[in-house]
Amino acid sequence: MAGSILGNRVLRKEDPKFLTTGGVYVDDMQNEPLLQGAAHVTFVRSQVAHALINGIDISAALEAPGVIAIYTAESLNLAPEASSFNPGVTRTLLASGRVRYVGEPVAVIVTEEANQGEDAADLVVVDYEPLEVLVDLERAMTSSTLIYPDAGSNVVVDSTVWGMPDVTGDDFFADCDVVVKGRYVNQRVAPCPLEVRGSAVAWVDGRLYQWISTQHAQGVRDQINKSDATSNVRVMTPDVGGGFGAKISAYPEEIVLGRVAQAVGRPLRWRETRSESMLALGHGRAQLQYISIGGTRDGRVLAYRLEAIQDSGAFVDVGAVLAPACTRPMSSGVYAIPKIECRTKSVVTNTTPIVAYRGAGRPEATAAIERAMDMFAAEIGMDPAEVRRKNLIPKFMEPHTTAIGQAYDVGDYEVALDKVLDAANYSALRKEQAERRQRGDRHQLGIGVSVYVEITSGGTNHEDARIEVLPDGRAIVYTGTSPHGQGHVTAWSMIASEHTGIPMDKIDVVWGDTDIIPDGLGTYGSRSLQLGGAAVHQTAQKLVELARSVAAAALEAAEADVVLDKSRGAFHVAGTPAVAVTWGELSARRASEGGLTIAERFTSGGATFPFGAHVAVVEVDVETGKVTHLKQVACDDAGTVLNPLLLEGQIHGGIAQGSAQALLEEFVYDEDGNPKTGNLAEYAFISAVEAPSIELVSMETPTPRNPLGAKGVGESGTIGSTPAVQSAVVDAVSHLGVRHIDMPTTPERVWRAINQ
Amino acid sequence: MQVSITINGTKQSHDVEPRTLLVHYIREHANLTGTNIGCDTSSCGACTLHLDGEAVKSCTILAAQADGGSVTTIEGLSKNGEMHPMQKAFMENHGLQCGYCTPGMVMAAIGLLNENPKPTEDEVRLGLEGNLCRCTGYHNIVKSVLAAAKK
Repeated sequence: MAGSILGNRVLRKEDPKFLTTGGVYVDDMQNEPLLQGAAHVTFVRSQVAHALINGIDISAALEAPGVIAIYTAESLNLAPEASSFNPGVTRTLLASGRVRYVGEPVAVIVTEEANQGEDAADLVVVDYEPLEVLVDLERAMTSSTLIYPDAGSNVVVDSTVWGMPDVTGDDFFADCDVVVKGRYVNQRVAPCPLEVRGSAVAWVDGRLYQWISTQHAQGVRDQINKSDATSNVRVMTPDVGGGFGAKISAYPEEIVLGRVAQAVGRPLRWRETRSESMLALGHGRAQLQYISIGGTRDGRVLAYRLEAIQDSGAFVDVGAVLAPACTRPMSSGVYAIPKIECRTKSVVTNTTPIVAYRGAGRPEATAAIERAMDMFAAEIGMDPAEVRRKNLIPKFMEPHTTAIGQAYDVGDYEVALDKVLDAANYSALRKEQAERRQRGDRHQLGIGVSVYVEITSGGTNHEDARIEVLPDGRAIVYTGTSPHGQGHVTAWSMIASEHTGIPMDKIDVVWGDTDIIPDGLGTYGSRSLQLGGAAVHQTAQKLVELARSVAAAALEAAEADVVLDKSRGAFHVAGTPAVAVTWGELSARRASEGGLTIAERFTSGGATFPFGAHVAVVEVDVETGKVTHLKQVACDDAGTVLNPLLLEGQIHGGIAQGSAQALLEEFVYDEDGNPKTGNLAEYAFISAVEAPSIELVSMETPTPRNPLGAKGVGESGTIGSTPAVQSAVVDAVSHLGVRHIDMPTTPERVWRAINQ
Repeated sequence: MQVSITINGTKQSHDVEPRTLLVHYIREHANLTGTNIGCDTSSCGACTLHLDGEAVKSCTILAAQADGGSVTTIEGLSKNGEMHPMQKAFMENHGLQCGYCTPGMVMAAIGLLNENPKPTEDEVRLGLEGNLCRCTGYHNIVKSVLAAAKK
């Protein structure tokens, strides 16, 4: 019998299509019959950050070429809809009465041709009465101007209101020889999937059909049905050009499309421009952190406090709850710290709403504790790797609970640190650094170390799968996950093939159609393999059991005597291989009983906690402040690896996004709430030139929480890399008296830090 | 205005507005949607294709400027069902994930090797600076191009 396919470097089944004809993204669905004759949608967006709307004059715009109709909240009778996370925060899908950020949709224009809407939008006149603009988080917390007056405060989520203990006073650090405090900005970034948002809608026999670029079709279905109970929507997901968390939920533009199509009586297509996407696709991070860390002079950390102020942007979306739900629980990181306290407050501002972005609350936790460890190490004059080692939680194979109250599944942090220091040749790097310092080189070497643990599949613990075998011997895997680059088609085919013996090229994978797959939780939070993959694993096992019973009947044998020969995809009685029935034949035998198909829901033993260690190596030009990210060495332990090719791809991408946040990217507003980085010419999206060379070190500590032993890997590269890269930049100039530089560590910031 | 362009070996003629960009001509008139649009500032390179043998961002050129010219898109790279060596290299080295930047990246990479058949890693990175990818961290893209250069 052939060996297992699992764990092998299997090339992607998805690739030939993407490489020869390109994917079929929403905007590519030119041949969809239901969309023939579709009109095009353009949104009129607020150009001011905070104002009352005293009137909207669409008369001139209605006369513009190609305009079919223009709608506002009033003409569509849109009712206020409450945030899922704070009932006092309500908005209409198109702004009514008030706008709260630049880019907020105010009206919707339907035109014959795609390019006519933008011209017409310029002719819509909105009478704005300016209000005080709140961009600065701390000012928003104390201002008498309320962005949502009904909420009663600009602080819209507070961990103490959630019943979590508050922080205390200086006594907390009474037993510490050394206490270091800092104020750090985990800056606002734009997720920037290469494909922007797009959606198309058609009404079919009184039902709404909606195609959308999303990470979670079933969630979008529920959102749309909640907003418009009459839609009975069917959501379908074509190829999706990246999401990174920002496409988990539907946005107002997408939710309102069905009603616009109904009003105008035509199918509709909508695709935003990149410049719109930069303002209206949710942003990520945006957390201000006050940190205190204390311990002994010989390097033992005794107490740690994190006070996080989370920018919620101009709505209370998921970004507002990541601080209490993800940052706080992970505040201890990989360290055995006896006392930890953490308070989070989320604050609305006149900026783009904050959503999930690769890591979603955990990168912020890791950044905080890793920065704190560096500051502590610098204060006591100890090597940062050594301070970390002294405080690591020792290896544990049973759940370990930290002082903040979070239990981790399994961990072996010191081995990860050792592996990465060894692979990076840490001592040689330190030696080279010392030599460059000694010589006073213009280009100084910086070495940053991080050790991290994160939480994956937090919040959800189940996923659905169904496998159907067709009479021609092919199989279809239906999954509740929703790939947008991760390679689920390959991965799920590997798992199904492993159990059934059906060759991978005879297995198709279907996702993202809510009529075909009513139950599914989508792809986010690094959940897919450990839940969706495990669901395919469980379903395939049950399918083999079912097939064995059908085969037993066909072969007139006892079930226990029937074996599956995976090498040829056929069942036979043990010892009599010549008389066999194939998967296709078994499917045909079940034709009158609904075919050979089985559906299963996998429920896991809980969230998993991938961990690892990173070393970043940078070079800093001390005359200009320019940073070059030379190399990232990373050891990321995601449990048992299904396909190293896919694993490595996830880590590489994560590292680049971490490097991007540490060095380059920041979404910036002026004090009036005008975006200063609202397109890809101004936003410092990382390119191949800035991205580092990457060296990965493997480590596999299986989790007991699912039968695959797999933990998530989609976000860990970002979580581990960001603090290591920032630390490396500071380290490069630490001999010049620099202790901290906020991200992104731009040349100007580095130069100022050196020269202050 | 009438614009005639040979696309992937077939001459096509379409009546278009003078302001039509080449990328819109390819996508909306020639119905070839492999070439993607990722920005509106000519920053991302998702729309890169070959015009008269040279890699260009098709959002920076009017269809009218390509009149009489010859265009190759991602759909025109395979010959007799056989992928171009660069396409194969991307597949073998996992140089793509979501696929959105991929057509432009592959066309840019072929253009790069046409100009510099044996580039160093740094030259590949510099040569692809105008093509953005959010998924791969560029690591495997660079690897793919270097692998293709060795063939």
